[in-house]
Amino acid sequence: MIFVVIVFLWTSICLYLLLGGADFGAGIVELVVPRRYKLQVRTVMTRAIGPIWEANHMWLIIAIVILFVGFPKIYTTMSTFMHIPLVAMLLGIIARGTAFVFRNYDAVDDHWQTLYARIFMWSSVVTPFFLGVIAAATVSRTIDPQAGDFFSAYIGSWLTWFGGAIGLFTTAICGYLASTYAIGTVAQETDQTLAIRIAKRFIYFVVVTGALVFLAAVYSKIPLIEWIFGGAIGQLAIGLATVSLVLTFLAFRKRKAVVSRILAGFQVVMILLAATYQHYPELVLFKNGQGLSLLDHAGDEKTIRALAWALLLGSVLILPFLFYLMRVFGNRPAQTDKYDT
Amino acid sequence: MDDFIAARSQMAMSLGFHIVFSCIGMVMPFFMAIAHFIYLRTGNAVYKGLTKAWSKGVAILFATGAVSGTMLSFELGLLWPTFMEHAGPIFGMPFSLEGTAFFIEAIALGFFLYGWDRLKPWFHWTTGVIVGLSGLASGILVVAANAWMNSPAGFDFIDGQYVNIDPIQAMFNDAWFSQALHMALAAFVATGFAVSGIHALMILKRKNLVFHRAAFRISALSACFAAVLQPISGDISAKDIASRQPAKLAAMEAHFETQANAPLLIGGIPDETTETVKYAVKLPGMLSFLAHGDVTKPVTGLKDIPRENWPPVAITHYAFQVMVAIGMSLVLLAFLYFIALTKRKKWLESNWLLRLFVIATPLGYIAVEAGWVVTEVGRQPWIIHGVMRTADAVTPMPGIVYSFYLFTAVFISLSAIVGFLLYRQIKMVGKLYDVTDPAYQQTD
Repeated sequence: MIFVVIVFLWTSICLYLLLGGADFGAGIVELVVPRRYKLQVRTVMTRAIGPIWEANHMWLIIAIVILFVGFPKIYTTMSTFMHIPLVAMLLGIIARGTAFVFRNYDAVDDHWQTLYARIFMWSSVVTPFFLGVIAAATVSRTIDPQAGDFFSAYIGSWLTWFGGAIGLFTTAICGYLASTYAIGTVAQETDQTLAIRIAKRFIYFVVVTGALVFLAAVYSKIPLIEWIFGGAIGQLAIGLATVSLVLTFLAFRKRKAVVSRILAGFQVVMILLAATYQHYPELVLFKNGQGLSLLDHAGDEKTIRALAWALLLGSVLILPFLFYLMRVFGNRPAQTDKYDT
Repeated sequence: MDDFIAARSQMAMSLGFHIVFSCIGMVMPFFMAIAHFIYLRTGNAVYKGLTKAWSKGVAILFATGAVSGTMLSFELGLLWPTFMEHAGPIFGMPFSLEGTAFFIEAIALGFFLYGWDRLKPWFHWTTGVIVGLSGLASGILVVAANAWMNSPAGFDFIDGQYVNIDPIQAMFNDAWFSQALHMALAAFVATGFAVSGIHALMILKRKNLVFHRAAFRISALSACFAAVLQPISGDISAKDIASRQPAKLAAMEAHFETQANAPLLIGGIPDETTETVKYAVKLPGMLSFLAHGDVTKPVTGLKDIPRENWPPVAITHYAFQVMVAIGMSLVLLAFLYFIALTKRKKWLESNWLLRLFVIATPLGYIAVEAGWVVTEVGRQPWIIHGVMRTADAVTPMPGIVYSFYLFTAVFISLSAIVGFLLYRQIKMVGKLYDVTDPAYQQTD
């Protein structure tokens, strides 16, 4: 049953990156486009993510619950040594979630909208950035449970060039996902051209920040290249991601919205696979060479079994409902009220 | 302020904030569903406007509750890692089920809010009901987890080790039912009176009368039904606490001497150092009756409990007094409303009854917060009753005080913005939601 739980954990993280990530991307895209496009981008993005955005962020909660029920040692170690970036990420989550709803549901449309929009955009950058920083810290051997002083225990554990690079890379991926996703949700040709132009910019951003990640890894003596290219799975994943990136440009040219979307999602899944596969089953690597493993640091067997059943039951209830939600609100633009009296 | 107190304060504040929004999330969808049902049955557009108006409020409040809930799932680890390391695998079952319920709630809310023009009417209505049911289920599950901290079950604690873990038994601990019942009813009381109070105020101001009267009737009726049921659930809770957590009951009642025919104290200022209570009204035998259903049975006093296991007496006592006093006043108001509905129809047109409802607007929530203080502060010094002390569970990271200041600022600004948004919603009722208003403009 432990493998059921691990698969669910990985899938939740993956879906959070894909769906939640695209959500964050909506804010990032809005932030980086020139002022004259902001309103256009906002309208398109809000329509695309409106009905689904709450659900997208549930994947994070599922992942956290799996961690603290099934792998309490990993959860508590992370929340102790990553306290500061976690708080930063949380502030981002709070600010973003509330600002998004406030700006859509404020009954009066006035200058407050500017404030909501600004908070929404900046917190959309902050949250995935720190998510990346935290992810980077789990493998960079900077967490030191024996650390004596405040700085090396609670700041040195995450404040690294590698962390910063992964943070930027994660942010870039979110923007890329959102802009690719938007290609299929826009009705007009001009909107589509704009979405494709933005998506292309984000591909360049992903490639540049990806290169930064490798540079920072070399600089911080993290054997990232060896991890990713040392094994067949890593080579294959990165190879497939690169090929599909080329295909994405083709899909853009032919304006194949759904194909571009699938390719972008596929690339992100491959990147996550390459990044996590090599360490499996270790999830956190410590400075002293030891680590926390999903197999050795799992909770009691009975707990894992109950958790696995709860997750299986949950997915039977959730997934059909979720797919239906995505289908109903997928691509169609809003119509007028059908059963209006 | 030291880091331990800061951590406790931050947790208390986060939960105290979140509890308001979860109550709303548990109850408002049902109000919406009732209004929506009436609209679908009668075709009366006022009820459609009402459903939409309420759902806008729910969207704002649900989002706030969702983010504060997300934050709490992290704060448990950020502030209480030692607790979570041992408790996570034991009391995690309700949390994993709650994840599902919350997820379904979010999906159903997506359907409901955006479904007006795209779903078949009754399917749309059903999604609204699912929002309510899953919200209620979430609330009950989270309370079951909290109940486990009061009434640990599903494991053996041997030589400092947590063994023979049984997550199902942990979920169905002795306190889950009484706590979940009390909380669910409290959510209906608090939200019902808050909503009906706001609409009563608008009726007094003679604004959009048809609209606000419809809203008032739905919310006031629900609130009053829940209010009269709540004392029964309170009695179940009192008997339960008397048998499981005598120190908590003693602190609630500032009851120092173990005695038969123990008196129930109303009001009073407890003094922990001299172990006395000043200026309290004593009802002889009533505490014994409440705790055991028998005036002659003894009730354990604080003097028979080791001092290091005492909860803070004064805070628990005052909070309990506030909760009960408000609960009783709301029962009274509920009876007045029932009399008005059945025997004295004239009262319904009178301003004094509406004014009472306006006064009651915040009372339910104050009682919820007070009750939450009773159960949480009353459990101290334990984080897992009788097993782990709160002071042993706190994070080793220094500087939590700054985190507390930061989160205080966040909560104050969030509360201010949410209040401001709701105020603007209410002000725009005529224009956006009430078809009978001359200023009404058809929007989406």
